[in-house]
Formats: sequence, structure tokens, C-alpha cells
Amino acid sequence: MEIMSVELDVFVGNTTIMDEEVYQFWLDGYTVSDAVKVRMEGGVLEECEASAEVLQSDTMDQYRTFQMCERLLHTPAKLANQLLFQIPPHRQAMLIERYYAFDSAFVREVLGKKLSKGTKKDLDDVSLKTGITLKSCRRQFDNFKRVFKVVEELKGPLVENIQTHFLLSDKLARDYAAIVFFANNRFETGKRKLQYLSFQDFAFCAGQLISNWTVGAVDNMVEDMDVDLDKEFLQDLKDLKILITDKDLLDQHKSLVCTALRGKTKVYSEMEANFKNLSRGLINIAAKLTNTKDVRDLFIDLVEKFIEPCRSDRWTAADMKLFLIHYTNSAHILDTFKHQVTWDRYMGVIKSCILKMYHD
Amino acid sequence: MPGKLKAKIVAGRQLPVMDRASDLTDAFVEVKFGNTTFKTDVYPKSLNPQWNSEWFKFEVDDEDLQDEPLQITVLDHDTYSANDAIGKVYIDIDPLLSSEAATVISGWFPIYDTIHGIRGEINVLVKVDLFNDSNRFRQSSCGVKFFCTTSIPRCYRVVTVHGFVEELVVNEDPEYQWIDRIRTPRASNEARQRLISLMSGELQRKIGLKVLEMGGNAVVGYLQCFDLEGESGLVVRAIGTACTLDKLSSLPTAALPACNSPSRDMKEVPFSEDPNPNTHSSGPSTPLKNQTYSFSPSKSYSRQSSSSDTDLSLTPKTGMGSGGSVGKEGGPLKTLLRQQTQTALEQRGASSSRVFVRTMEFPFFTLTCFPPGFLVHVGGVVSARSVKLLDRIHNPDEPETRDAWWEEIRQEIKSHAKALGCHAVVGYSESTSICEEVCILSASGTAAILNSRFMQEGCLDSYSEHRLEEPSPPSCGFCHIPYDELNMPFPTHLTYCYNCRRQKVPDVLFTTIDLPVEAAITGKGCLIQARLCRLKKKAQGEANATAISNLLPFMEYELHTQLMNKLKLRGMNALFGLRIQISVGENMLVGLASATGVYLTALPSPGGIQIAGKTPSDIAYEQHISNMQKKINDTIAKNKELYEINPPKLFALDPEAFRGINTEIIEEAVGSPIPEPRQRSRLFRSHSESSDEVWELDLSHGKKDAFVLEIDDTDAVEDIHSLLTDAPPPVGFYSCNTEIMPGINNWTSALQMFTSVRVFRLSNVNMTNQGLNKIFNELCENLLKSLYFKLRSMAPCCLCHLNFVVAVPEEDLIQVAVTAVAMTFDKDQNQENWKPSTDKMLMKAISENEEQLQFPLELCTESPSSQPFSPSKGTGLQDGANVHNTSARASSQEKASPLPEGRSRSLRSTKSCSGSTVSVVKMTPLPFLPGTKIVKYLGIINMFFIRETTSLREEGGVSGFLHCFIAEVFSMVRAHVAALGGNAVVSYSMKECVFMENPNKNQAQCLINVSGDAVIFVRESELEAPTAPPHTSVAQNAGSGADGTT
Repeated sequence: MEIMSVELDVFVGNTTIMDEEVYQFWLDGYTVSDAVKVRMEGGVLEECEASAEVLQSDTMDQYRTFQMCERLLHTPAKLANQLLFQIPPHRQAMLIERYYAFDSAFVREVLGKKLSKGTKKDLDDVSLKTGITLKSCRRQFDNFKRVFKVVEELKGPLVENIQTHFLLSDKLARDYAAIVFFANNRFETGKRKLQYLSFQDFAFCAGQLISNWTVGAVDNMVEDMDVDLDKEFLQDLKDLKILITDKDLLDQHKSLVCTALRGKTKVYSEMEANFKNLSRGLINIAAKLTNTKDVRDLFIDLVEKFIEPCRSDRWTAADMKLFLIHYTNSAHILDTFKHQVTWDRYMGVIKSCILKMYHD
Repeated sequence: MPGKLKAKIVAGRQLPVMDRASDLTDAFVEVKFGNTTFKTDVYPKSLNPQWNSEWFKFEVDDEDLQDEPLQITVLDHDTYSANDAIGKVYIDIDPLLSSEAATVISGWFPIYDTIHGIRGEINVLVKVDLFNDSNRFRQSSCGVKFFCTTSIPRCYRVVTVHGFVEELVVNEDPEYQWIDRIRTPRASNEARQRLISLMSGELQRKIGLKVLEMGGNAVVGYLQCFDLEGESGLVVRAIGTACTLDKLSSLPTAALPACNSPSRDMKEVPFSEDPNPNTHSSGPSTPLKNQTYSFSPSKSYSRQSSSSDTDLSLTPKTGMGSGGSVGKEGGPLKTLLRQQTQTALEQRGASSSRVFVRTMEFPFFTLTCFPPGFLVHVGGVVSARSVKLLDRIHNPDEPETRDAWWEEIRQEIKSHAKALGCHAVVGYSESTSICEEVCILSASGTAAILNSRFMQEGCLDSYSEHRLEEPSPPSCGFCHIPYDELNMPFPTHLTYCYNCRRQKVPDVLFTTIDLPVEAAITGKGCLIQARLCRLKKKAQGEANATAISNLLPFMEYELHTQLMNKLKLRGMNALFGLRIQISVGENMLVGLASATGVYLTALPSPGGIQIAGKTPSDIAYEQHISNMQKKINDTIAKNKELYEINPPKLFALDPEAFRGINTEIIEEAVGSPIPEPRQRSRLFRSHSESSDEVWELDLSHGKKDAFVLEIDDTDAVEDIHSLLTDAPPPVGFYSCNTEIMPGINNWTSALQMFTSVRVFRLSNVNMTNQGLNKIFNELCENLLKSLYFKLRSMAPCCLCHLNFVVAVPEEDLIQVAVTAVAMTFDKDQNQENWKPSTDKMLMKAISENEEQLQFPLELCTESPSSQPFSPSKGTGLQDGANVHNTSARASSQEKASPLPEGRSRSLRSTKSCSGSTVSVVKMTPLPFLPGTKIVKYLGIINMFFIRETTSLREEGGVSGFLHCFIAEVFSMVRAHVAALGGNAVVSYSMKECVFMENPNKNQAQCLINVSGDAVIFVRESELEAPTAPPHTSVAQNAGSGADGTT
């Protein structure tokens, strides 16, 4: 029988002491006892001549500190102005950055989904699938949702808004911009055929879309400027259909591309044989983007209509790049094609996205 | 004399949501002082209201200014029901009453609620206009400066040390009043907070009055405590040391360089043994009372204050008293009278100094750290305890019993000091432990002989009877025994000083003070703790008090023995900062003695510890004994290495050591050079009359008595085990409970103050004393280990001023609270640091210090009959050179500390770049911050908070609750300091942390009292540019330090 038990055990420093390693355990949703176990294996004990009790006490204490800070981390700007914890600025930045960091495995599961209660309820499945603790999944999900809610109604550039409100690094702010953008437009990312794509692939594409296809790309002082696609532009995209509906144009376009590529690629014949299909694929995607449903399917369409055929013909990334450059540029030479601006705005993004997405 | 208090409510931020429907708050603010209340407009629907109020003006007496806090209440306006309180801020405006402290209070304060904790922040501006400056000090004690610091505050010099001041005030505890049954916990807590705030203010004012009566202008080492006596009331008491301080032309570099940048190593310190076992007193004892010579030359003196003052007041009652109830119109008249009185006194003083030779009632000093040369000799620790039964204080205005109790204790301390041949007690402190209706009163200090030239005349018994031979070297002089070696107060074992070889030193010295700066030491110090639990039968009333009284001497004795053994186990010979607490609970007493062990070069090397078994014994037992002996010897050897204790061998061949009482010393002696016989004989000649007696003493108190541990029962075996279980701190860590770690000098600037609290529950199996001891011991050891672990990223570092407070809050609960500061140091330099320093170097440093202390030479005569100087005269008498110096420094200081507004702006501008409006405030229990100069003291911080919860589980259980509360207390301290324009709190302490829980009801309550000195510091590196001339003196000091260390 235990003759003595610790009833109360606290440590409070004038400068709040936080161990980054323990913080990560906390963020990862480890229980105190699991964290203690891992720390013991990590050898911190021998290093400091401490006992398991000491580790237990320290871990508990740190967990408590983090819990108390969590409320502040929800509005990071408060962390700098609160009086309760004296935390040096660089530590504050660390706390915030890590709190808002997310697991790429997790974000892939949630990307493009509605950040709703329903999705939150499914997090235990996500947890099971990814091996990330439910607690951590919830934190990450809540972060997404919180950022989404705050920036939703703000004017001005998305990345900047995220940065000023959440004090995140540029990189992390961009990732959040992508998450918000995907959640807002509900892009499909979960289909089996898209599984090979990483979050970073999508984040890159989101960056492209945000800077070229949104309202903000033309006007930088409207609400939701970086979150909503430019409707006029989407409407204009229908004009591109002429490139596949006009037989002459299609042939001209094909011959221009073929001339440029002849001798420069090993998959020339496959390209030549497939040109019309590929071009139809890309332009049909463009023409359909006025439908919200089709916007959601943008990525799956790109994969099915363009990437997969090329992949089955064993195009290399270099082949792909060469093709897309000439495919885009050749359209400028077509005299009867009048929609150069729309074409560039469309193809610039499509080209970058496909190149990013074209891998195993 | 009235003044005008002005307050402006600027804005609020991060207020809590008070209206669930709108998720917003309609906040307004009530500003109350005394009985006057102002309100701001309601700022509707905002969590960040901008009130920008007018200036609310209160016209008040300065007496009220001292007693009352400004009370700011933030409320949520509700049209249909009562307005809801969000929280309160109490602002102590005392710092604004002293011309040298802060001039404005401006900043964000946490809005505090005793049930919900901090709920948002409020920005407030407070100013005070005192109408008539010339009258300013007359009716109240406005302007008397208070310092928690137990040394002369940096940037001041001491003109005179007047002596001990004490006061206590009592009241009914609102928590126990009838009305408490019907009011809310919040109302009750607030009543209590407010009452204690008022009582502290009153106490401070009354102490201030005494200081003025004594002719001083400051209280240093101000120690205020609360006794929560439950049904019988609430006592707020304070002690301190009255001084006359002079601002060192605010030139930081002139301020006690030696203490400020703790940069000496070699100290030689002699001390004397603790007479503890003899000093215990229980129940009423009537010690001899010194007849106070009370002198009232003027009718102007009238004692009308309803304080706890008794006729025992130590203050010479020549000055002008000003009781609390003296009419205002009396002000100017009294001033006049006072001036006349003073003149008369001065004249009389000139003609017959006899008038002034008064014996101070209690020549006690709460200081623990002194200007060089102040301490002449140190006798040892004196302490007294007394067990009292509390009864209701019937008339709060006449708290005579409490006064009488303390007087009794002080008299006893005084007589102990006398027995040690000393005329003063330094490092003096008082404390209580209360359980139900039993109260243990404790006092302790260090008996000492002080250099009278630092004192106001008549402050101490003259000690002219003491040999005033050639002055002892500063590095060892204080170790020399003050008592008569023929008539020693306790058995000890004298040798000639290992440093100067001219006078006798004891073999071990215990003290409650910090290691004197000039002391020569060998190696480094370390924290030493003795821990002890004793079971006690539950009892009531008298029987309980008697039981406790009976246990106390045994506990003191055992703690003392443990300390002694642990000290020897570390190969050291002196303890500094000794603090013995004995806490009483319903079914046990817990004793904890903490001190910093050190090897004083002047004292002999301690003997080992020898184990003696039962006399008839078998071979196995002998074997066991010898194993244990070996373990002990190994530990000693290891510790010597760890703490770098390699005393210079040259002195190991003391005549006595040579005769071989202690084998260890002989071993050390072997192979070391043979002492020059001539020198030795010369020594003998000069003090020949005593050498024989010393010799005899040695024989009679040889090794057997002092160092032998007899293992004749299982207890003793346990004791030895527990001795050996104290683990040394991990590599890279040192710890001490004194201000700085003896032997470490090159502090770097990183610093982490912390508080850690643990409560342990003992399950009620049949517990033995042994079992309890073991648990308690482990508990303390584990706590230390946790601290080292927590702070591991700071290593190499030292935990300084480790202050343990134990309590037995309930049956089967033990609470330990620790506050300390971790400071980093430069390890590499440190290696070199304690190489032999020469006395010459020390002397030089000291003489420099003395110059900086600027004692007018004329006033430094040793003769007790010389004319006393009044503070005003003292300043007037500065010689030309000093005045010149001062003015030069003053001008440079101007630059270093600009006007408050400018300063606070500049402080704020150095804030983090992330747009934070929060300035960093450092906190430390030490009186200094390494690598910095304190340029201004802004006033005392003395705050009392209560926090209660009825949703303990939801707040994270008891740990979550207390963790949050302590963090809140820190933040409120920081906010107040920042609002005063400061950037640090020094001499910070948590004096009270009373925690009560009732998990079944999901409730807990905690009371915390903290104090410290708010200061402005500047980094030494930043100082260099603007203060070029003074900087040279810094460089010199640093240079001489470096010379000594390399």
C-alpha cells in the first residue's frame, strides 16, 4: 500500500518554462504516461540524474502549462499582449507555429471537405486510418476551422490576413491559405486516383489558383477575394471551346505543336496520335468550370483526362513540360483565335498544376 | 496634511463575455478611495472598452493615502438586474508618496476576481499631488522608504543604522465574522483582501512613524507577516531595521560594488557554534529585561496611536511622536516643536553626551548582508521558540498579549546573545506556525558584535570592554570568538585562527546571515538541510501546548545534530543563512532546517565522522560498522572533491591539530611543510595567557564527543542511512539558500525565478517517526531533483536563495513550498576563481568600499562617547571631496534615469518587436540582478490575494487551481511593477501560501502573500556609454576582481 501520495505538485517560473519535446508530445495527443514512457526511452533521465517520478512530475506540469496557454493560442495575437505568462517572443513564435503545424497525413484526409461538425465527427476514422491520435486530429481540425472562420469575412490578401491574425510563418500561412481555399471550393481530393498526390502538391496548385483565378487576382480589395474564383473569368473560359469545336483551328493547333516537338521527344508519335483527345480534355475542363460541381472535380478531371493518358504513354516530366509550353504558345499563332488573355490565364495555371501533379 | 489623489480609467481589454446573448459586455468602472466613489460611463457592447475617463480626484489625508489602497472595480451594466462585478484591481499608492520613488502609476493591470481569477485587463493612470511639501512628513510617515532587501539597497549609502523597529496590528478575521454565514464567498474574500491591505498600510505607516521618531528615513529588511489565527483574529506584524539612507547621488556604480557584482571568491569566515539546544523556551519564561531608559524631553511627544506599542518601544522617545489621532491643525505647530526639540537635544548632546547613552531595547537587525567592516565578530545562532494558546483578541486596539509574547521571545534572544558575549543580533527574523488554537512563535538571529561607528549612538551597548587590539584582517576577523574563552557559553573547541593565527576561532560556526563579502573561503558552498518529523498525539488546549512544548527541544536538538553531521559529511565547517522552521499540525510536528554550508578558511578543517557500535559485538557487526565507516569516509572524500575543498596545507599544522585529536587532520598534515616554529611561538607569546586553557578545552571536548555517532539502536542506523541518501546536485548545478553561492562569482545574466509547491498525503497506516522521517526526507530530495531537472537547460547554474517553507495544512498532509532563483554562471572562469586571494587585495577592495560608503571620518570615532549625529547633520558633514564626487555622479545619473514618463516610454520601446504592449519584468529573491545596476527603487510591493473555487475539477484539480493562481499572482506583481515604471522586482518572497481544499465539495481556497522591491535596472553594458566617468570605477572594481581571480 502506498503510504504517501502527491496531492498537489506545481512549478511556476516567472518566465514560463516550456520543453519543446514535451510540447510536441502534447500536441501529438500523447497521454502523460505515454509521454513519460517515450521520454524515459529517450535517455533524458541518465543525462540529468533524474527519476521516473521527476519525469512524471515535469510532464504533468508542462501539460498543465500548455493547457492553460491553449486558450491564448486560439487567438495568437493575444499571446503577445497577455500578462499571465511571461514568454520571450521567440518562444511565443515557436508555440504558435507548432500549435498550428499539422500532419500532412491528416490534412490529406480533410482537404477539400467542408469544415463542419459532420466532418469533425468522422475524425475518429481519420485517426484510425492515419495513426494520429484523435486529440491531435481534433486540434488540427479546429485550427483549420478557426482560421477559416476568421479569414472568411476579411478583405485583403488571404495569406497576409492569415499571417496578421495568426502570426504564422510565411510558409505555414500559405499552407493555411491552401486549406481555406480548398475547403471553401470543396475541391475533391479524396478519390482513389488522387491518392498519390501530396498535400504540398495541392497546396502548390491552390497557390496558383489563388493568385491567378480568383477575384483577388484582378481586384485586391473585395471580400473573399482570394477564396472565390473569378466568375467572369470562368464564364470567359467557355470561349476557349472554339479550339476544339472549330476543326481548322484544332488541326492548325495540332500541326503547330507537332512541328515544334518533332525530334525533340521520344513520345512524339503517341503525342501526335493523342493530341486531339488531350486538347479536348483540357478545354472541356475549362468550359465546364462555371458549374460548381465541375470546379470541385477540377483535379480529378485533370488526372483522368490528361495525366493518366500521358502516363500510360510513358511521357516523362520533360516531355510533359515541352508539350504544355508549345501547346500553350502555339495557340497565340492561331490568327482566328481571339481569346489570348483568357487562354494564358487558364493555361498558365493548368500548366503549373499539371507539371506539379505529374509524378508517381 | 491633505493631498490630492487623481485616477483616470483609460481602457479595458480582453474582458470576459458577460452577456451570453450578444457575446459582449457593457462595462463600466467604479473607482473608490476611502469612502468616495466615482463611476465611469458604461461602454456598451465591447470586450475592449475605451472609457478614457476624466481625472477622478480624491482629496484625502496622507494618512489615508498610506493606509488605503485605490480600489478599482469593473462591472457589467445590467438594466434589469444588479450589475455583475467582473473583477477588481487594488493599487497601493504608497510608492507615489515618496519623492524618490515613482511619480506616476500607469499601465495595464489584470482585473482580478477571487472566484474566477484574472478576467481581462484595465489601463489606469494614477497620480498624487501632495499639497504642502514642507509639512509632508509630519502627520503620517509619508516619505519613509521601505525596502524588503536585507542589505543596504544598491544606490544608497547608509548614514546611520538606527536599529530595530517592530509593530503589529490585529483585527477580527472577516472570514470568521457572523456576517460571513450570509454573504457570498466573493464578498468574504474581498472583505479579507481589503482588510489586510488596510492593515498592511496602517502597519507600514506606524513603523514609518517610529522610524521618523528615531531620526531615520528608511526601513531596510522590512519583513511583514500575517498570522491567520482563525477565530481569535488576524494579526499583521512587521519588523525591520531603521536606517538613515542617502541616495548615492543615484550613481549606480558607486553602490557597493562588492555585493552588486558578486565577484569575490576567497573569503575567510569564522563562526561560532549554534547554542540551539539551550535556547529553546516553552511557555512563559521571564528573561531579564533590560531597563529601557526612556527619555521625553519635550511635551510634544504624545503617543496616541492605537498600535501595539508598549512601553518596550525601542525608539528613543525624544523625537516627535505623531499618533494617528492627532488633529490636523496640530501639524505646523508640531513641526515647530520638533525643530525646537531637536535643537535642544543637539545642544544637550554636545554638553553631555550622557543623555544619549541609552541602551536600545532590542539591538536587533533584520539585515543579513552588511557593509564591509560592519560585523566585527560573530558569536553564533541564537533562537527562541515559545508555544502559546490563542484566545480571542478582545480589543483590537490593545493587542497587548501578542506584543507581550513577542517581547518575551525577543528578550530571550537578547539574553542568549549576551551569553555569547555579543551586544547585537543580526540576520534576525520572526515567524509563527499555527494549528487550531496552538501557536508556535519563533525568532532567530545571529549574535554579533558590530562596529559602533555605523550605529547611531546609544543604539548598542558600547563594547569598549572588548579588546580593541589591532584590527583583525577582514577575511577572518568576524570568525574570531566574541565570548570569553574561559567562560564559554557552550562546549566548543577553540583553535587559533587559521588565517591570521592571532585569535581564537571555534571549530564550527552557524549563522543566519549571508556570507560576508570579505570572508575568505575554500571551495564552494552547498545547500544543507536537516529534516525531521515527529508524531504527536492529538490533543486540545493546554495539553496540546504542553505536548508540543515537550517535543520542541528534542526536535531542535535532532535538527542540530543532523546539520552538524551533514556539514561534516561535506567536509565543511560553517553554515550561513540558517533557517529552522518547526511547523505544527494536528498529529505531527515537522522540522526543516536549511542553510548553506561552506568551508571557512579561518576555521579548522572539520573532523570526520566516526561510527561507534555497541560495545560487546560480534565480528559480523564489526564488519558492518566498518563498512559503514568506509562509506562515510568515501562520501566525505567525494564531497571534498565536488566542492573543491582543498584548504591551504600551510595552516593545517595548527598546534592543536598537531597533537592529533583528529586523525584526519593529521593525515592532511603529513607531508605538508613544517610550520615555522618561530612564527608559532610568536603567536603564542602574544596571546600566551590563553593558550593553555584552549588546550584543556580540546581535551575535554575532543573528537569523541563532537563527532562520534553511536549506533546503539536502529534509529541511529536509520539516521546514518538518511545522512548518506542526500544526493549531491547533478553535474552543472549548485544550490544554496543564501543570496549568492559562496565560491561562484562570475554570474551571467540568465535568471529564472520560480515557485514550486507540493502537498503530500500520508495514508493513515500506522506511521512511525522513522517512517515519517524517511518520507519527508525523500519528499524534499525529490523536490530538489525535480527543480534541477526543470532547470537543466540553464546549467551550469546555481539555485540561489532556495527558500523552503513547510506546513501541515491538515492532518496527514505535508506542504512544501519553495521559491528560489536559478542563475547561470560562466563555468570556465569559475575554475580559476578561488585561487588564493591576498588580504591586500581584499583590504583594497574594502577600503574602496568604505570610500564609497562615504562615512565622514569625523563621525567614525571608535569612542562611544563621541557626539551623535543627526541624519541631517550627517549629510551636512560630508567632506568636500565627497560632495564633489556626489555632484559629478548626480549629473551622470540624470542621464541614466530620465524622468519617469520618459523612462516608461523608453522601457516600452524596448519591448519585443511583435507589437506586444507587455514589458518584461524580472523577478528575483536576491537584492540584485547579475550584470545590471539598480538605478532606482520605486517602492515596496506587498500584495495579498485570495483565490477560491467551487469547480475544482473543472479547473484541473488542486494542481491546476494552484498553478493558475501562482501564475496570476506573478502576473499581478509584474503588472504593478511595470505600471510604476520598473523592470524588475528584487528581494521577492512569497511569505504566505495557505492552501485548503475540500475535494468532496469540489472546492479549494488559497491565500498568497508576496512582497519585494520594485526597481529600475539598467544593464551594465548599456550604462557604459552615458556614464563614462563613473564607469572607470566599475572598470577598476572589475579589474581588481579579475586580478584577484587569475
